[in-house]
Amino acid sequence: MRAGSVGNRVILPVKTAKHFQWSALRKEIYRNRQYYILMAPYMIIFFVFTVLPVLASLGISFTYFNMLEPPRFIGWQNYSRLFLNDDIFLIALRNTFYFAIITGPVSYFACFVFAWIINELPPKIRAIMTLIFYAPSISGNVYYIWQIIFSGDKYGFANSLLIRLGIILEPILWLKDEKYILTVLIIVQLWMSLGTSFLAFIAGLQTLDRSLIEAGAVDGIKNRWQELWYIVLPSMRPQLLFGAVMQITNSLAVADISVALAGLPSVNYAGHTIVTHLMDYGTIRFEMGYASAIATVLFAIMLGTNLVTQKLLRKIGG
Amino acid sequence: MAGRRVSVFHHQKQLNRSFAVTFLLFLLLAMFGAFMALPLIYTVNNAFKPLDELFLFPPRFFVRNPTFDNFYDLVYLIGSSWVPFSRYLSHTVFITVLGTVGHVIFASAAAYPLAKYRFPGSRALSTIVVLSLMFSPHVTAIPNYMIMSRLGWLDTHASIIIPAWAFPLGLFLMRQFMEQLPNSLLEAAKIDGASEYRVFWQIVMPNVKPAWLTLIILRLPSLWGSDGGSFIYSENLKTLNYALGQITQGGIARAGAGAAIGLVLMIVPIVMFIISQSNVIQTMASSGIKD
Repeated sequence: MRAGSVGNRVILPVKTAKHFQWSALRKEIYRNRQYYILMAPYMIIFFVFTVLPVLASLGISFTYFNMLEPPRFIGWQNYSRLFLNDDIFLIALRNTFYFAIITGPVSYFACFVFAWIINELPPKIRAIMTLIFYAPSISGNVYYIWQIIFSGDKYGFANSLLIRLGIILEPILWLKDEKYILTVLIIVQLWMSLGTSFLAFIAGLQTLDRSLIEAGAVDGIKNRWQELWYIVLPSMRPQLLFGAVMQITNSLAVADISVALAGLPSVNYAGHTIVTHLMDYGTIRFEMGYASAIATVLFAIMLGTNLVTQKLLRKIGG
Repeated sequence: MAGRRVSVFHHQKQLNRSFAVTFLLFLLLAMFGAFMALPLIYTVNNAFKPLDELFLFPPRFFVRNPTFDNFYDLVYLIGSSWVPFSRYLSHTVFITVLGTVGHVIFASAAAYPLAKYRFPGSRALSTIVVLSLMFSPHVTAIPNYMIMSRLGWLDTHASIIIPAWAFPLGLFLMRQFMEQLPNSLLEAAKIDGASEYRVFWQIVMPNVKPAWLTLIILRLPSLWGSDGGSFIYSENLKTLNYALGQITQGGIARAGAGAAIGLVLMIVPIVMFIISQSNVIQTMASSGIKD
């Protein structure tokens, strides 16, 4: 059997050598060439459309670039303008955080709680409930149905219901009134947010080792809450970490809903987020350097939040 | 309804949790289930409502006299515009099929070495893929546009299909799933002299079918719902979701056709999920990020 093939603990000649040897590395690469060839199509596309753009975006963010003239280096100007001279970016930043702080934890919590309750149902009902909760996240662009529900005239479902119940007298312009835009967007985002992580939690709960729970009962676990905290959560830690990544990334990337429901720009920027700000500069104003600075800030926020949360979640259940 | 749920619960032997809490939890489930399901049910109902019911006041939730008028309308409406409806549909089908199939094949091919072997660069590549789950594609939108234009892919379907092949979540899940394949299975084939390509195609791929379906179900909705984004601007290359946008902007007279197309867009990913649910759950069990 070849060294460096199957198995977890593998020691490469390159690593063990005291001095780094190019010839050994080359030999090692040649020996594994079939793997590189298998990975090549995916990795080439991945690097061209994901890794390279992240680096390019960082580079362009230090330039003035309008797609017509060649980019001109301007140092930190884009960033200083972003944080010191762009009031609308600050609105976008505030909205994004407000949005993420509510939808992120709520949706994460909801994913877990519903997965946990659904897991106790008999298989047939469980499958149906899983479908009901998961369907909104894959039903694609049906936010148009929310446009009908929150339509500003009295034909809108929300308005007519509230009028009939006597709570309001006049229809509310849900998607045109600053007071309501963000709330409506949060509701729609929550509706759509039981996605991949929800499935991961359901799957994690279903494959939970039953013997652990039985052992716990012997060891004096008194109720379901203790069982949840001391047994279920720790053994689901990998899924919990994965789910957190999914929910954080989604809750910070809210834009399509805002554009579809509230428009771009929304009334008084009430539904403006970092991503819609990015769209504004990138696809409407063509200030690519500035837009890249926004993208870089967004990248830093997403990656930072995710890495910090990963650290915190590793402590769950002791 | 809640009462029945509770009795269902009592069939299973569970640790003690007070009846009141159990009741509350299932009430919660029923309420939120309704919140999740109602907009979808409303979409279905709207698609079959005749025009006078769509604009009834007060609006009715359920359809009374179901009709296929909206679908005829839709076909007629787009048939009479200079880009026929069938063209939007065929573009969407084309993008979706090629995008998902390519994604499953290439992501699996890349996942297999990363799941089973260590070689120079394997650890770094795995880390980069996990990191790329941590930001959304919006971050890369602007340089992507420039790269597309450099490659000459603007205004072609390649600009949607090819990047879809390298969706990071697919590679990540496939790698996690493949890690569970028994090594003995692969070794046996290699002793018989099979190359890695053969092992991948004839041993690994048939054994990870549940994961194929998962990759498809995760990749399909965004491709099926693609409106061409900023890459496609020729009218005769546009997709179904773009047509939905055009129709709903047409205002009140088009509400019926809009409701019909909304149903078409929604139903395909949902049906796919119904078919593949148990396989998807099986794959997701291995989705976790290990410490």
